[in-house]
Amino acid sequence: MTPPRLELTGVAKAFGGVQALRGVDFALRAGSIHGIAGENGAGKSTLMKIIAGVHGGDTGEMRVDGELVKFRSTRDARAAGIGMVHQELSVAPDLTVAENVFLGAQPVGRLGLIAWSRMAREASAQLKNLGLEIDPKSRLGDYPIGVQQLVELARVLFSGARTIILDEPTSALSPPEIARLFEVLRRVRESGRSLIFISHFLDDILAISDEVSVFRNGAKVATAIVAPGIDKGWIIERMIGAGREELEESYLNDIGLKSKANAPIALEAKGLTLAPFYRDVSFVARAGEVLGIYGYMGCGQIELSRTLFGKMKPDSGALSIAGKTVRLADTTAGKRAGIGYVPESRRAMLFREEPIYRNVSIAFLEYVSRWFLRPAAERAQAITQTQRLGVRPPGVEARLGALSGGNQQKVALAKWLTRAPKVLVLVEPTRGMDVGAKEDVVHIIKSLAAQGMAIIVMSTEPETVLSVADRVLVMRKGELGSEFADCAISKDRLLAAA
Amino acid sequence: MTSPELDAAPRRPAFSLGRMFRDQLRNIAPFATLLILVGFFTVAAPAFATLGNLENILQQVSVTAIIAVGLTFVILTAEIDLSVGAIANATAIVLTFFTAQPDYVNIANIPVPGGVAIVLALLACFALGLLTAFGVTKIGIPSFIMTLAMMQIGAGISAVLVRGQIAYSVPKLVLTLGSKTLFGVPWIIIFAAGLLAIAHFVLSYTRFGRYVYMVGGNREAAEYSGVNVRFIIGAVMTISAVCSGMAGMLGVAYFGSAQQNEFDTFLLDAIAAVVVGGTSLFGGRGGIGNTIVGLFVLGVLNNGLDYVKIDSFLKILIRGIILLVALVINIYAERLRATRELGS
Repeated sequence: MTPPRLELTGVAKAFGGVQALRGVDFALRAGSIHGIAGENGAGKSTLMKIIAGVHGGDTGEMRVDGELVKFRSTRDARAAGIGMVHQELSVAPDLTVAENVFLGAQPVGRLGLIAWSRMAREASAQLKNLGLEIDPKSRLGDYPIGVQQLVELARVLFSGARTIILDEPTSALSPPEIARLFEVLRRVRESGRSLIFISHFLDDILAISDEVSVFRNGAKVATAIVAPGIDKGWIIERMIGAGREELEESYLNDIGLKSKANAPIALEAKGLTLAPFYRDVSFVARAGEVLGIYGYMGCGQIELSRTLFGKMKPDSGALSIAGKTVRLADTTAGKRAGIGYVPESRRAMLFREEPIYRNVSIAFLEYVSRWFLRPAAERAQAITQTQRLGVRPPGVEARLGALSGGNQQKVALAKWLTRAPKVLVLVEPTRGMDVGAKEDVVHIIKSLAAQGMAIIVMSTEPETVLSVADRVLVMRKGELGSEFADCAISKDRLLAAA
Repeated sequence: MTSPELDAAPRRPAFSLGRMFRDQLRNIAPFATLLILVGFFTVAAPAFATLGNLENILQQVSVTAIIAVGLTFVILTAEIDLSVGAIANATAIVLTFFTAQPDYVNIANIPVPGGVAIVLALLACFALGLLTAFGVTKIGIPSFIMTLAMMQIGAGISAVLVRGQIAYSVPKLVLTLGSKTLFGVPWIIIFAAGLLAIAHFVLSYTRFGRYVYMVGGNREAAEYSGVNVRFIIGAVMTISAVCSGMAGMLGVAYFGSAQQNEFDTFLLDAIAAVVVGGTSLFGGRGGIGNTIVGLFVLGVLNNGLDYVKIDSFLKILIRGIILLVALVINIYAERLRATRELGS
């Protein structure tokens, strides 16, 4: 029997004290497509980075076609025939299609000059093999994402890769584009190459893969040949781990959602559209409720959140706050309209070099005084708000950068509390925090809602949404889909809806 | 109410000389440079360290100081203004264009009363500043490129109005501020010192000043805190143009004439003063105090080199080297800060 195209045994990897991979065995057969599923942080991307030579594994070994290999760089991996197409495409949109197919490996003539016509001819032939008939001399950026992705795939194939890792290839594609991608992938498979298909979209994995592996907590928990009986439910069950993990226990049992259908509407979006990020988004957020919006990375929720605060302007649609239609020209207008916003990245929301009190007061300085600073009032307010949220260590003179991540997040929340906004939009409010800090933040969010604020929590982590929300909307590829209200919900149902 | 000041008592980390040095490098280095330069020239040239020469130095840096005030605001927001010299020149020439000139000056100008001429000149630099602000904030042209274009526009306005001639007369008020003294102290020094003081007050004690620092410290975070970032950037570009305009007007009175390209060297001098003083090119750190030290370093250097016997052509090279060293320290200080960030 021929050896697998790629075989890993007992691969482990730790970053600092965190064990990202624990003794993973993995085999990829020649001429097959292998789907990989798992939540964020389950170890999928670490494994792929080891395969692609980005990281070296701590222990374990890897074989390509039966030969033991040890990659020290991505170059080593490429030389062994392993290529990768990332979720964020690495194409050069301002170059032509042909230049992109040959990026970094342009054919040259006798004088060392680029052989343009040969390049165009060969690029064209290469793309035709993939069933893509486009002008190789046109600018790549003028084509939709789906085509750009296929051009990148063509480049990886052309560079001689026999094993190709596709990271979230369908997240930005429309259904017809997905159908075309799958057709191309099948052709690639028929030519004897192997593909690893990583995705959050379990339907896509099941539609294209021959085999599927599920990861959880740094370990591979299951591998199966895709057959009747191996369905979305089967995968989700294994992704979540059916209650074996102590930590996830609390999320496993159904969570009862109690919407506040009679509370006044604090924010209403009607048909908001911003191409290419989201389309026809309509929803309401009520005073005193925590509205969770859940979706995968790249589903458009970040852009939607920016729109609610006035950072991005929608192409069409209407936004109203407490019954008044508003057009937000910028974030200042968003703040004046009664919206508070905490973005997903701490770097983007805080001034690390400044003392804590300035980080808090920046959002309400205009209400403290029109012209001159009043440092005493500023500090007093900052002290009140940071104490209210339990920022540790207490004291507002310390440099913000000296605080832990969870406390920085509390400071980012604190700055909005002096003038309680009508609507508080939080993106990934508990990302990257330890359990204690997470609980604190969840508690804060709930108590703010209890005081009558409408809070919109956007997250790509189901736990985050489930731990705070009174009502949950699911966003999928730029559109709002299922709504969960006044019902029991569990993580598997949420995952299945996205 | 309990005393918030008590609770707010800063928690000082254990004192460490090394850490203090790294934190304060951008403030210590310029001051040390100044002390070394003063020490060197005092020893090398007995005539250097006199009260009379101090007045010389102050007078020599006054025009640069007025420009540097506006530029400090701009650099604190991590933008740049390359048009300061050209706008100073254009404003100066607008002022002389509206002032009656002696018969031998062959310019077809429009004399108006002195007060009106001053107002028109101020409006001119204000309008040029607004144009820069519009280009940078509304159209989104990087300030480096936008002010490069404004540099040409300023030079163009000067050329069209003065047509290769030299103008001499300025309104009486400007003449007084630029070339007369008050109790023996030149008015131009008083004016520059007053402007520096006002700017320091604005940057340290007003809401606008705080926004300037915060926008420079982290523009994205300022925007996500609801600060009108575009207004702040537009305002600092306008402030810079108006400061340059005032420097141009007083400069004409100080030099005694207005002509094309008169203020070209002030662009480099003003940037050098701000950066040598230790204000971060990445924004958010530094201030008027730093600019004052930078002005002294530049003034002492220019003046002192005249006292020691040195090839006058070599002066330019020495100034270039000093500027380079200051830039290296500026970037190095930023990097020290960044490494400490990673460490904490």
